[in-house]
Amino acid sequence: MYSRKVIQKFEETLNNPSAHNVGRMDANAKNVGTGMVGAPACGDVMRLQIEVDDQNIITDCKFKTYGCGSAIASSQQMIEMLIGKSLEEAKNIKDREIADLLELPSIKVHCSVLAEDSIKKAIADYESKKA
Amino acid sequence: MNRNLVYFDYAATCPVDPRVAAKMQDCLLIDGTFGNPASRSHEFGWKADEAVEKARLHVANLVNADSREIVWTSGATESDNLAIKGAAKFYKDRGNHIITSKIEHKAVLDPCRQLEREGFEITYLDPDENGVISLENIQKHVKDTTILLSIMHINNELGAVNDIEKIGKYTRENNIIFHVDAAQSTGKLHIDLSKLEVDLMSFSGHKTYAPKGIGALYVSRKPRVRLEALIHGGGHERGFRAGTLPTHQIVGMGEAYRIAAEEMDQDNSKITKLSEIFWNEISGIEEIYLNGSFENKVPNITNVSFAYIEGESLIMALKDVAVSSGSACTSASLEPSYVLRALGRADELAHSSIRFSFGRFTTEDEVLMVAKTTKKVVNQLRELSPLWDMYKDGVDLEKVEWVTH
Repeated sequence: MYSRKVIQKFEETLNNPSAHNVGRMDANAKNVGTGMVGAPACGDVMRLQIEVDDQNIITDCKFKTYGCGSAIASSQQMIEMLIGKSLEEAKNIKDREIADLLELPSIKVHCSVLAEDSIKKAIADYESKKA
Repeated sequence: MNRNLVYFDYAATCPVDPRVAAKMQDCLLIDGTFGNPASRSHEFGWKADEAVEKARLHVANLVNADSREIVWTSGATESDNLAIKGAAKFYKDRGNHIITSKIEHKAVLDPCRQLEREGFEITYLDPDENGVISLENIQKHVKDTTILLSIMHINNELGAVNDIEKIGKYTRENNIIFHVDAAQSTGKLHIDLSKLEVDLMSFSGHKTYAPKGIGALYVSRKPRVRLEALIHGGGHERGFRAGTLPTHQIVGMGEAYRIAAEEMDQDNSKITKLSEIFWNEISGIEEIYLNGSFENKVPNITNVSFAYIEGESLIMALKDVAVSSGSACTSASLEPSYVLRALGRADELAHSSIRFSFGRFTTEDEVLMVAKTTKKVVNQLRELSPLWDMYKDGVDLEKVEWVTH
């Protein structure tokens, strides 16, 4: 039911969280945007934090995810895609790309949707601080 | 194969006991007892019939019933269907109301839903916080039209035990047919059907070290309970269930139940000890909750929730251990266990439940290994969990405005 890629990403993250961007940043910092999506009732909650420099480039990310293996793997996949991207590029990341890269089955596509939503929310939070 | 995998899912199914497999092998080949038990004209049939009747005695003996009260079926699901639909249809002139509970197995709930579509009225009772259905709750919902009550003996997710002796007294006095799904009970609890006022009881082969695909239904003779058959064709099993009897399966179930009668106490004392060792090891984990109660559950099932981590990820992290999650995240429904929901557990607890179930072949080394791994992966997953952060920060999760999708 899980692809090899999902299992690999999940296990890497589990066994070495600090090397895989698990953690948190100061949510009040001006250069940090936080996006938390999902709900305990649905079985998944994703919290993404992005650190953005003056050129609007995402220089670092941290995340924590409560959810199934696919949700954790999707978070990890999302982080890999985000670091080094500009905010404009990041806004264009689609859930489909994450789902395809991880070969998520259709009943797990909501995990990648959650990842896309967390990116949008984190960017919106960062931009609201700048405004 | 499976050398490094530990099997802690005996409540889902058991491996066949080697002694059972040996008996079954004698019923397959040309030089064995392969005949059709319904063949009356030759020795092959007579021998098969003899083997089937001997097995019937073993099953009857385990639950102290008359062997004429045992009807072979394909498994507990069929037994539940035959009991519920069969009794409802036979006694429909008396009334159309049936009582069951919200935490029954789907093999009871789905036939009830079907009867609802056919015009019966079903009441689904709430369990108490430990998964028990009280007699008081049943009494409150009985009406003049109530013909049938179906309550499980042991809940398959929690191991919670219902007091079928007390309930049976009441249903017998009130002329209500009482069906008990005892799929999880054989070999775990002593059952004495000569004393219990139970009319119909479903049994499973494979939960008691027989193969899958065989089960039985106890149909009381005194008082006599009647059923409308579901399967017609040949009048086998005194008209209750047609179809050629699978001699090898039946012999397997008979042998498994014979062993259960002989070794139940020894199995149970071993499993009780292992269950205590396991709980002593894991109960120190922060925010761990036992689903059900120690005072009223069988020792082979331990269902726990680890708050702030999701059950499916826990199962994935426990990759060398075969367990079940109450969380049905693996199905398309993405809903936590309906059993835990019915207990009133908060969502974040219902989503994080794991059922560890032990059996005859479980060892102390396995228990210690799984306890150690569980402690490790629970910590790892909590390090990944934003809910755990929030809990540690003192945030009340009930008050957070979640962004659902």
